[in-house]
Amino acid sequence: MDDNARRGLLLISPTALYAVGLLAVPLAAVLAISFSTQDFLTIDWTPTLANYREALSEPLYRELLGRSVRVAALVTLATVILSFPVAYYVSFHVDPSRKSLWLFLITIPFWTSYLIRIFLWKVILGFNGVVNSSLTGLGLIDEPLTFLLYNANAVVITLAHAFAPFAILPIFVSLERIDRSLLEAARDLGESHLTAFWRVTLPMAMPGVTAAVLIVFIPTIGDYVTPRLVGGPDGLMIANMIQTQFLRLNNAPLGAALSVVAMATVGLIAVAFALWARRYGSKG
Amino acid sequence: MLRGYVIAYLVFLYAPILLLPLFAFNASTIIAFPLDGFTTSWFAELWTVDALHAALANSLFIAVLSAVFATLLGLAAARAAAKYKFPGQRSLTGLIMLPLILPEIIVAVALLVVVIQVMGWPLSRWTIIAAHTLICIPFSVAILNGAFRNLDAALEEAAVDLGETRWSAFQRVTLPLIAPGIIASLLIGFTISLDEFIIASFLSGAEPTLPVYIWGLLRFPARLPVVMALGTRLVLAAVALLALAEVLRRRGVARAGLQDKGGFL
Repeated sequence: MDDNARRGLLLISPTALYAVGLLAVPLAAVLAISFSTQDFLTIDWTPTLANYREALSEPLYRELLGRSVRVAALVTLATVILSFPVAYYVSFHVDPSRKSLWLFLITIPFWTSYLIRIFLWKVILGFNGVVNSSLTGLGLIDEPLTFLLYNANAVVITLAHAFAPFAILPIFVSLERIDRSLLEAARDLGESHLTAFWRVTLPMAMPGVTAAVLIVFIPTIGDYVTPRLVGGPDGLMIANMIQTQFLRLNNAPLGAALSVVAMATVGLIAVAFALWARRYGSKG
Repeated sequence: MLRGYVIAYLVFLYAPILLLPLFAFNASTIIAFPLDGFTTSWFAELWTVDALHAALANSLFIAVLSAVFATLLGLAAARAAAKYKFPGQRSLTGLIMLPLILPEIIVAVALLVVVIQVMGWPLSRWTIIAAHTLICIPFSVAILNGAFRNLDAALEEAAVDLGETRWSAFQRVTLPLIAPGIIASLLIGFTISLDEFIIASFLSGAEPTLPVYIWGLLRFPARLPVVMALGTRLVLAAVALLALAEVLRRRGVARAGLQDKGGFL
């Protein structure tokens, strides 16, 4: 190993060791504990597959996991589709000197109190909420709409709001990297605006879209606050069950097994998507 | 048409924060329309709640230390990546950046298992600081990577050639040039830690952080207007901090003599 490499390793080692000690080792501990059993507060480390059997066979857990994947997929789809045009606008139609101001404007709401933002969506979507009072006030509806709050729709809307900057920023970055002369070339060669977008811009923006999908889809599975506040009984997700097992039922091993199953499911879907996106992107 | 859509999207993004002051100054205790009368009593009440002050003090302590630790560790990682090539660079960087996409509940659960089940330690504000440092590091690394990318590496080499030691060259040439990035990283880490709820709720012992305290209040309808007043103040504070971070980031870009290409992330 040369001097350069040794200095580099030495310099990164505090941070890397921190990540190993507080992330890699704890994740391994979760995996280990998912094969154990808990009796009140003591852990019996005799290896067993009982937690996985329960996590995979109990209908409630399967339902929660299925719903979590469905809601996370819907949130991701909604977030990416809604935010793509915004990233496109900032990249292609905003004067370069004002771009960073626009990005700043887009990120501000994200940095304001997470709990209070979710709570305010409850206020906006509720029975006497902003949407319902405006619609009744305008005479568009007679009775307040009840399908807005306490179901999966509310979870999707709230999370699509919470993750917006995480989708806009990576897509914006990949759009910025597109060489504008390629688009002119496509137009010169007879493509219309629409086909040039479809055949040049979109495939070249795929790395950003992939990053956006992963950065929205994976964390969404782990949110239990939004389902608790706006999801109602039918909007609860797997993270609510993990939280309950750890903090209320004192069953860390089952909670750990549910975490492992949830992460494995999400990981597989994410990898499959990333592979598909790479193939699609390389066609462009 | 695209412009209209983008404006509608911004309204969607800002809707919750714009409603916040409306309810914070509303005389009614019910958080719904129609609004009642104007009052500042909810803001006045903020000064009288001791539990709130304790939670705020706790959160500030945690946020300051987490931001400092994350920035120091982020600085080491970003400089290593900017200046050297070494084996395992990709996988080590990947591990360091992993908390960015890992669900917070997984980080929380993993640390809870280690602290309680494996080590048998009590939960305290230090467990939260350890976890917040971990999740703030990727943001620090991203910001500081940007700062180092804008830096002309030849400047530091020139200082070394002129007889400075490596450390003094770093201190006297590189550090002042990346200072705006360091401050931006501190501010972002502070903001993230101050607002983080999921990890804090798993790992807080007897002393709740501000978000954990707010979560407790959300169950009591009578306390909601106070939460709205508190939220209004928090939003104002966050916007002020972020504006400061953005101004510094731009100044850093200008100091490095480059064209501005975008935000923090």
